[in-house]
Parts: sequence; C-alpha cells; structure tokens
Amino acid sequence: MFEATARNRRAQRVQKLYAILFGLMTALLILPVLIILGTLIYKGGSMISIDFLFTEPTNGMTEGGIFPALLGTVWLVSVALLASVPLGVAAAIYLSEYAPDNWLTRAINLAIINLAGVPSIVHALFGVGAFVIFFGFGTSILAASLTLAIMTLPVVIVSTKESLQAVPQAFRVACWNMGATRWQTIRRVVLPNAVSGILTGIILEVSRTTGETAPIMFTGAVFFSPYLPQGIFDQTMALSLHLFVVTTQVPEVPEALPYGVALVLIFLVLLMNSLSIGFRMYLRGKKKW
Amino acid sequence: MIAAPPDPMKSNDRNASAQMETQDAEYAIRTEQLNLWYGTFQALFDVNLNIRKGRITALIGPSGCGKSTYLRSINRINERLGYVRIQGRIRVMEQNIYDPAVELIQVRKQVGMVFQRPNPLPLSIRENILFGHRLHHRKIRRQQAEELVEESLRTVLLWDQVKDRLHRKATELSLEEQQKLCIARLLPVKPSVLLMDEPCSALDPKGTEAVEELIWELRGRYTILIVTHNMAQARRASEECVFMLMGKVVEHAETQTLFVTPRYKETADYIEGRYG
Repeated sequence: MFEATARNRRAQRVQKLYAILFGLMTALLILPVLIILGTLIYKGGSMISIDFLFTEPTNGMTEGGIFPALLGTVWLVSVALLASVPLGVAAAIYLSEYAPDNWLTRAINLAIINLAGVPSIVHALFGVGAFVIFFGFGTSILAASLTLAIMTLPVVIVSTKESLQAVPQAFRVACWNMGATRWQTIRRVVLPNAVSGILTGIILEVSRTTGETAPIMFTGAVFFSPYLPQGIFDQTMALSLHLFVVTTQVPEVPEALPYGVALVLIFLVLLMNSLSIGFRMYLRGKKKW
Repeated sequence: MIAAPPDPMKSNDRNASAQMETQDAEYAIRTEQLNLWYGTFQALFDVNLNIRKGRITALIGPSGCGKSTYLRSINRINERLGYVRIQGRIRVMEQNIYDPAVELIQVRKQVGMVFQRPNPLPLSIRENILFGHRLHHRKIRRQQAEELVEESLRTVLLWDQVKDRLHRKATELSLEEQQKLCIARLLPVKPSVLLMDEPCSALDPKGTEAVEELIWELRGRYTILIVTHNMAQARRASEECVFMLMGKVVEHAETQTLFVTPRYKETADYIEGRYG
C-alpha cells in the first residue's frame, strides 16, 4: 500500500535535483565574498599594524599609514548621521503614523524609493551644486556629509518605516481606546517596540556610508592633505577615496598597500554590520508579543 | 433578502418607553437617528437605541448587521478610518459625543472598549494597569499606584492569580487572563460605559465562562454593551438584548422576553438558527 510507484520515485529524483541546484547557486553566491576576503587578508594582511592605522602617509603616499583617511571617514560618517538620522526618523514617523492614506502620501513614498535608486555620482553632482556652491559650504566635511546624508536618507526612512509598521496595530488601538493621543501612543508604545529595527537600519546606513566614494570626491574629500581635519568646514582625506588614489593615481605604490587599505575599509564595514546583527539579536531576545 | 421588519424603529421606542415608565430607568446611552456610511456603503440606518445605565445589554445579529459598527461609534473609534460619515446623535450621560465641542480624549476615558483578541500592551502586568492613569495624570504616588493596581485586578477577579508576578510581561498570561487584564486596565480611568466586541470569541470554553462570570460581576457598576455571535452567551450573560439586521434595530427587549417570546419573525428565525 505504501510502496513507492515509479511516478513517486521520479518526483523524488526531480525534487533532489532542484535542492542540489539551489544549493549550488547559494554556494556560488558566497564564493566571491570568501575570495575577496581571502585575497585581501593574504595580500594586505602584512600591512596591518598599529603604525599603519595611526600614522600619516609619507613619501608621496607610497609609505606610512592611513590615519588621516581613517579619521576623515569617521568625521564624514558621524556628521552624515547627525543630519540623516533625525530627519529620516522624523519623516518615517510622519509617514507611518500620521500621514493619511491618500495619493500624496503614496507619491511621497514612491519618491523616496526612487531616491534610493539615484546613482551616487548624481548625488555627488547635486552635492556640488547645492552644498558646495549654493549654500557656500565650499568643499568641506559639511558639504560631503550632507551629500552622503541625502543619499542614505531613503534607506533610513524605509527601514524606520518598516520597523514602525511591524508594531502590531492592536497596540495602537489599545492606546487610542484609553484616550491616548497619537503622540502618546508613539512615544510610549510604538517607538519602544520599534527601536531595535530603527537602530539596525541606522547601523546599516553607517556601513554603506563608510564605503561610498563618488559623493564625497567633489564635495569634501581630497587626495592628500597634510593636516588632520579640525572642524566641519575643513577638507579631509577618506578611506574609500584613499583606496582609489593609491590604486590608480599614485605611481610606485607597493602592492600590499592598497590591499591593506581595502582590508581596513572592509573590516570597518563588517564590524558595523556585525554590531547591527548582534544588537538586533539582543533586542529581539528582550521583546515578546 | 428579508423584508424590513414592520416599523421596527417605532416599536423600539414603545418598548423602551414602557420600560422607562415602569422602572423609572436612567439611560447611559441614547442614540438618536444614527446613520453611518463607510464611503458609499450605508452600514447603519436610523438607529434609535437607548441603553439602560448599569445593565448588561447584548447586541446580536448576523455578520455584517452593523452591531460592531454601532459599538464602535459609541467611543468614536470608527473615526480613524477617514471614509466614515456619521449623521445623528449619540448621547453618553446626556451629552452628545458628536458635538464639535466634545474632546475625544474625554469620550474615550468615559467609554472603554474591549476587543475580540486580547490586546495587552507589551509591558508588565502592573504597567498595563497603570498605563491609562499615566496618560491622563502627570504623576502617581507609589502607594496610590499599588492600590490602583490591586483594586483593578481584584475587580476583574485576577488579583489572586497574578499578585506575585505583577512585573512579568502581560503577554505571558493565558488568553483568558489577558482578556481580564484588558478589562482591568480600563478601570483606572474611571469609565462609566464598557463596550465589548465579542470579548470571548478568542477564548476556550473555560475562559469564556470565566470572562462571562466577570462581566456578570461588573453588572450595576458599569453600563456594559456586548456584541456577540454566541446566542447562548447573549442569553446567559445579558439582561437586555438588541437584535439587529442589515443595519437596523429590529427588536430590543429584556433578554428573557426576546428569547422566549420574540415579537418579530426575523428575531425568532435568527435565534432559532435559521440564518446567521
């Protein structure tokens, strides 16, 4: 009664075939990541040292460390965050909790998604026009960071909105029925339950901002600067641009140097991502509904 | 299609006025000519319904008859759907809650609501109880908070079960306990009317019994309006009963009367399970 028929066996064979096919595709996907990491560690691992991280480049950028670029990246990312997080989170709260469901809201949502698809070089040109020239910030950390902020805003808005909408509607209804205003509901129930998702989105944004090159090239980052940035109106070096420079623009760079820079950059990004994942797991463990 | 009952509105009035004369009743809710539309769909037609103070009134009727819609218009929670349009008046404690001068927050404080699925907030049991109070008051003394929590939980017959775990998450409670908690957390804001939208339909028979028992316990202290699909429940756990059909009130009577000697054929057909 329960023996396999020829047809059953065939179905099982086909099923196995697909399982293997999809598994292979997944393996193929992981391969580049492993190769990139492997190559970087193999070729650039020897460069990494405390000195490399914390000294300035010397001898026409063919020797020495990357400290100004590292510091510059920290500056750029921090200022970009200061601009994009309050703006993005506030906009997401409005869109998710206050905005009526009408054509205007839908148009705004669509615009935000499209903004995420604008190529970074276009953002760069916008940054030059708006921040460097029109607002007169000149090529500076401020102009570059604002450009980065504009570029990453859609990511912050979309991820924040998603975390807000993941909070069950029943909680809001419960609050409204006790006479809570919308803001009381948001402040006391919605935000505390969405904060893990919001922070995860922000950290992901940081990791993306860290690696961007095009938007900062014309707006505030420089090939080489003998000074460390002192404030937001200074120009600065940045890791991503430094990598571009030592790879293509400077003659006679030792082979390991660009790999070392790339390794530091990718390590920074991975660090941010793992932080984000760890944090999300920590907060997930705490909430229950 | 069922033909409209013979002038149900007028007969209701007669019904209600008869009760008022004999018992000198006070009404917690007076509904006058209430019409409600979802967009172009009319969900309520000329509803005239007076709900007696301190009694338990059950709203029964087939799905889509407008009983939940009516319930939701009593604390104006329908309004968050932008496409709802309302005509007529609902007086709660003799004040028209649709008057432009009425503050929505005060309406919601006065008229609490319990839902089909228990929806405790993801906070501790204690904080769930204090939530409403904290919304409307700046501060609360520790002593007063403890009293409030105990009193509310005792009222809903939950104190003995949870007194040792007030700081645990409310979402860890059983569904029955969660539903009781949802009733308890309305009490600190001192409502006079409790609306319950099928409060037992997510519970098992034991939980249903316990919550019904609680509702019966609250009789006299609060005016309670229950929407239910469960005929047996309406019969057990209510004092008055309203039968609605296709957005209209067909019959409103003492529960015993309505179930034993219904006035209209539609009512009789429904309670005997011929449709629904």
